[in-house]
Amino acid sequence: MTADQIIARLEEKFGNRIKAKKLDALDPYVVIEPADLVEVCRFLRDDPALKFEILNCISGVDYLEPDPKKAPKAGFEPHLEVVYHFSSFTHKHRFVLKLILPRWKDNQPGRLPEVPSVTSLWKGADWHEREVYDLCGVWFTGHPDLRRILLAEDWVGHPLRKDYEFPLEYHGIRGR
Amino acid sequence: MGWLEGRFEEGVITTTLEQAINWARQSSLWPMTFGLACCAIEMMATGASRYDMDRFGAGAFRATPRQADLMIVAGTVNFKMASRVRRLYNQMPDPKFVIAMGACTCGGGPYYKYGYNVVKGVDLVVPVDVYVPGCPPRPEALLEGLMRIQEKVKGMKDLTRGQPVDVPIPARMGYVLLPEELSTMEKANAFAKKNKELAAPAKG
Repeated sequence: MTADQIIARLEEKFGNRIKAKKLDALDPYVVIEPADLVEVCRFLRDDPALKFEILNCISGVDYLEPDPKKAPKAGFEPHLEVVYHFSSFTHKHRFVLKLILPRWKDNQPGRLPEVPSVTSLWKGADWHEREVYDLCGVWFTGHPDLRRILLAEDWVGHPLRKDYEFPLEYHGIRGR
Repeated sequence: MGWLEGRFEEGVITTTLEQAINWARQSSLWPMTFGLACCAIEMMATGASRYDMDRFGAGAFRATPRQADLMIVAGTVNFKMASRVRRLYNQMPDPKFVIAMGACTCGGGPYYKYGYNVVKGVDLVVPVDVYVPGCPPRPEALLEGLMRIQEKVKGMKDLTRGQPVDVPIPARMGYVLLPEELSTMEKANAFAKKNKELAAPAKG
């Protein structure tokens, strides 16, 4: 199936719960609400016409221009995106799903935005979600074991956030 | 060797105990198998047949710090690894030596500015004897570093503390025999000029 057929199939099933779509991108995608994620993913995996057996990767993207002078020209409001890439071995097609999140839950710095976990659908999502949590700071509710995967257990902050500040010292070792 | 030298028949060698110990020690430096990143590939190449680190007696890579006396820190050290590096260093028996191999271990390397998780030089974690820069250093460079360590071992004064040694340490200063066309300043300049002309784009 081509991307517009996949999107048409999703729109037929979910209607106005598809918040946005982009067909002319290199990887056409749709945007949905985080609350609908598990339902849409289950449909993508189980629908006989789609059959996305594999979740290639989960990525976190931080949209923020830390320089206040450049911020008005940046062309986007500060937000966080979580991107899901799917593939199907049966039908040999691919698809991209995006979630748009606030940078902080309830606009309170330090409270991580929440996304339902898809580990119940794809076991491989486990480590991808841990990595996104570790580096981008997204809390996956329902994840069986959400710990930092790359950085040390006692690390503070999420380094791939654009406003992250480097530690000056870590356990007695000078940071810079 | 003072007044003893040459007093005996051929085939008898006189030496001091200290020199004998140092000679034995420098000829059997056992490095620890300690590859952290891409420099480890180059370290393996140094240990393999083409460059053959075993010529210097340092080919026996030990899998435990308790049998090793040389730690070649080959690769990026991050904060999570730093405590492990420190612990492995503490587990090595004295005397122990450390080679910081590669730009990352010398001072952060390419991760100096934006590497949030990289230790800016392994000398912040363990004392380093020899720095081998490069990204990664060629096997020859690592061998040079190893020979510097051997020079350092040669100058160790475990028994006669404080006595001056007759060989300045390090005796080898990395002198390189230049090819004929680079041997003097004028020749080198002419060589560079000629190369520049050869590399210039053809006219028309």
